[in-house]
Amino acid sequence: MFRNQRHLVFAGILAASTALSGAAQAETIKVGVLHSLSGTMAISETTLKDTMLMLIEEQNSKGGLLGKMLEPVVVDPASNWPLFAEKARELIEQHEVAVIFGNWTSVSRKSVLPVIEELNGLLFYPVQYEGEESSRNVFYTGAAPNQQAIPAVDYLLSEDGGGAERIALLGTDYVYPRTTNKILRAYLNAKGISDEDILENYTPFGHADWQTIVADVKKFASEGKKTAVVSTINGDANVPFYKELANQGIKAEDIPVVAFSVGEEELAGLDTEPLVGHLAAWNYFMSVETDENEAFIEKWHAFIEDEDRVTNDPMEAHYIGFNMWVQAVQQAGTVEVDAVRQAMYGQTFKNLTGGMAMMNTNHHLSKPVLIGEIQDDGQFETVWETDGVVKGDAWSDFIPESAKLIADWTFPWVCGNCEAPKYGATADM
Amino acid sequence: MPTRGFALPSLAAVLSCIAIVAIVAGGAPASHAATLDEAVQGLSAKSYKDRAVGVEVLAATGHPRTIPILEAMAKGQLFVRKADGVLVIGHKTGKVYSLTNALDGSAVGDARKKELKKVKVNNRLRGVIKATLGGLTLLSDDPDQREAAAAAVFAARDAGALETVEQAIAREEDPGLLDQLTLAKAAIETSPDFPLDVRLAAVERLSESALPEVRSLLASLSQESEPDAEVRASAAEALDAVERDLAFWNLLGAIFQGLSLGSVLLLAAVGLAITFGVMGVINMAHGELVMLGAYTTYVVQQLFRDFAPGGLDYSLAVAVPAAFLVAGAAGVAIERSVIRWLYGRPFETLLATWGLSLILQQLVRTVFGPTNREVSSPSWLSGAFETATGLVLPYNRVAIIIFSLLVVAGIALVLRRTALGLYMRAVTQNRSMASSMGIRTGWVDAATFGLGAGIAGVAGVALSQIDNVSPNLGQAYIVDSFMVVVFGGVGNLWGTLVGAMSLGVINKFLEPFAGAVLAKILVLVAIILFIQKRPRGLFALKGRAAES
Repeated sequence: MFRNQRHLVFAGILAASTALSGAAQAETIKVGVLHSLSGTMAISETTLKDTMLMLIEEQNSKGGLLGKMLEPVVVDPASNWPLFAEKARELIEQHEVAVIFGNWTSVSRKSVLPVIEELNGLLFYPVQYEGEESSRNVFYTGAAPNQQAIPAVDYLLSEDGGGAERIALLGTDYVYPRTTNKILRAYLNAKGISDEDILENYTPFGHADWQTIVADVKKFASEGKKTAVVSTINGDANVPFYKELANQGIKAEDIPVVAFSVGEEELAGLDTEPLVGHLAAWNYFMSVETDENEAFIEKWHAFIEDEDRVTNDPMEAHYIGFNMWVQAVQQAGTVEVDAVRQAMYGQTFKNLTGGMAMMNTNHHLSKPVLIGEIQDDGQFETVWETDGVVKGDAWSDFIPESAKLIADWTFPWVCGNCEAPKYGATADM
Repeated sequence: MPTRGFALPSLAAVLSCIAIVAIVAGGAPASHAATLDEAVQGLSAKSYKDRAVGVEVLAATGHPRTIPILEAMAKGQLFVRKADGVLVIGHKTGKVYSLTNALDGSAVGDARKKELKKVKVNNRLRGVIKATLGGLTLLSDDPDQREAAAAAVFAARDAGALETVEQAIAREEDPGLLDQLTLAKAAIETSPDFPLDVRLAAVERLSESALPEVRSLLASLSQESEPDAEVRASAAEALDAVERDLAFWNLLGAIFQGLSLGSVLLLAAVGLAITFGVMGVINMAHGELVMLGAYTTYVVQQLFRDFAPGGLDYSLAVAVPAAFLVAGAAGVAIERSVIRWLYGRPFETLLATWGLSLILQQLVRTVFGPTNREVSSPSWLSGAFETATGLVLPYNRVAIIIFSLLVVAGIALVLRRTALGLYMRAVTQNRSMASSMGIRTGWVDAATFGLGAGIAGVAGVALSQIDNVSPNLGQAYIVDSFMVVVFGGVGNLWGTLVGAMSLGVINKFLEPFAGAVLAKILVLVAIILFIQKRPRGLFALKGRAAES
């Protein structure tokens, strides 16, 4: 309710300011927000829509961009993958937005991809994903596997992480878990963990009855080797999964579970006391104490008018992505997609957790990697972090056919999946 | 008993008083306090490894404050006050932490989170602390503490604890605890540091248990890394025996899991058995009525939290009738406003209720927000009944099985033994005849639909204990519910019960071989084939009503 009122007021101010300046609608820069506000994914994506509105409002309070106000155009693709493509087309063709911030699931991104490439749009995608992609028209501000999955497994195998010798890979049955686990299996094999010490299991979306699988993991762990679980379980299935872990008395000291899709927001629906010590790997935790993070949380609470709301990793990704886009537009002096894209390369912005994020020419960020343990207050506590930033890899080094591929959108490569530069072979090079 | 219970803490208090007096006295060599003071420095060392050493150094002082300090550390309640570097134990009360000095237990005021630096622990360190505490609390007067201690000693297998374990065994009177303590002793004695005959005897003792931890230990003893061939062979033999035992217990476990899944299906489907089974209304918003029940549970719990925190454990008892009323009222409203215009037009009903389900979802999303809501489990439903063979029966699952049977019995009672039930059956069997006998059929329709909806709400209370409380909760159950009702036989409560339970068990037996995804598909295909053979389901209604 409050939120809607706020939108009204916000829209009113916008309308008033444009009316005062006597200018037509073209005087605003339109920013598309393509997140599901209804359906299964609304649970995660509504927050990101609110984050974008907050960031845009803040930029406008600083005087907008290139002397114009930013105008959010919010559409609801309703967790319906084909509708994502239609809505993306609507944003670019009808509303003529300068940039789109949106998507959560990989399948929705794959659905938007052809549209955005055909119309030469610009999409900022804020969620950790399976990699194996680099589009000229997408900037990936979430983590690639080497910025989340690989460091997390390294930690599990290390002495501090408990020295695991067997790994159970549990995931929801779709492209992200399957690709991530393919990479992890290859990586674990390279680390000397044989296939018999790897258990792989997939469940449908929204799987609610975890009794058998948790019992299986328990059995797998009772065969004489220290065992850990890597979870790529997505969305709604997580709550019953963690409830079942607690039910069957699995303690983090015995079988730690590290998750890649469970953040502060997902824990909000759980009693975390029995889960203390289970892990998550992200580039951001709400609990990290820096001045930037404190200011961000304060702004978020003021905007959403609820002190209990949490912040999470994809929100930080939008924060970094949006601010980099603003800087790039300022440098380019235009919102024209080709110019902004060029200005994005090498763009830096302060992470909320300290250090500088940088946009690389493969359209992925360099960011720090953090591993945190769940606490009884529903927050994560950082127990390990990388020394500096890690550069996101579009193509995994651990899948043989991908290892050869290079993504680099600057001269002479200008390609998202090439084995040789497009222009490299010219005589004068 | 009470006198013994108080003996230890008061001794601790006396000792720390002595220590404080010694410090205050100044000149005297306050050796006890000084070593404690030195020892705690190690707890806040930079690396987890050094902190683990610190824990051991602290335990070695034997100071009575060791136990409270380590317990606080394991729970993440140990802090260093930034201003003066004093080690404090902090309990969060509202926005601030109320502090006590870790060294002497005296209250030292409040602090905000910013003024404190937490002594961080990770899983490994928590394990070390638990093991250390295990050694220290083996001789405690509290049986729960002794039980935790025995488990910790078993996990740590530290030869240093052997002497204490033997003392504890000599004192222990509880047979269950004695069993755990002798297992812990055997676990320690499997280490290669002990003579061969002791080790073999230890393996022998371990082979009597089928607990997962014991199997894990036996398995590691039967592997290549074990230097002694004799131990290896005897461990492998013991493991074989345990595995044979386990096959039976695993079967029991699978049956329990199947019944548990079946009871969830039953709860979700039983309301539909009335609205769809008895009235023939295809209600696609059935899942959303379940969701309303779950959200009612959440609201009731919030009210308890705000107004009667002491009664939180009993909030479910209030939530069950509340959910029945809320969902029932919603059901009556749906029936009166939409469904009654659509009787006899199944396709329109399907589309209209599908639309209603979307409206209800979005309504809940607007009011409560899109994120999950936390419904906590009352303490009497947390935990599990665990047998010595590793079979785990969580209390909440057992409770849901019993609850689902009670609900079915309740409905059967209403349908068979009350006037309302009589009217319902009369109206569904022959509407015009019932009407001409003076039954207000419109009123009975609304009441029947309301009853079905109310039962769906009650199911929501149970589901809030094991699943998400989110706007999407209902969607996950709608297909399964229809499956159960169709499989069991439309219009037959007994069929719904048997159908739900057998689907649950079949699913759980398929899952280990086929995986969760394939198991679901196989069950669905099996039901389609079954319906081809017996279109009216397991228990078909006979007589004139069935023909209409």
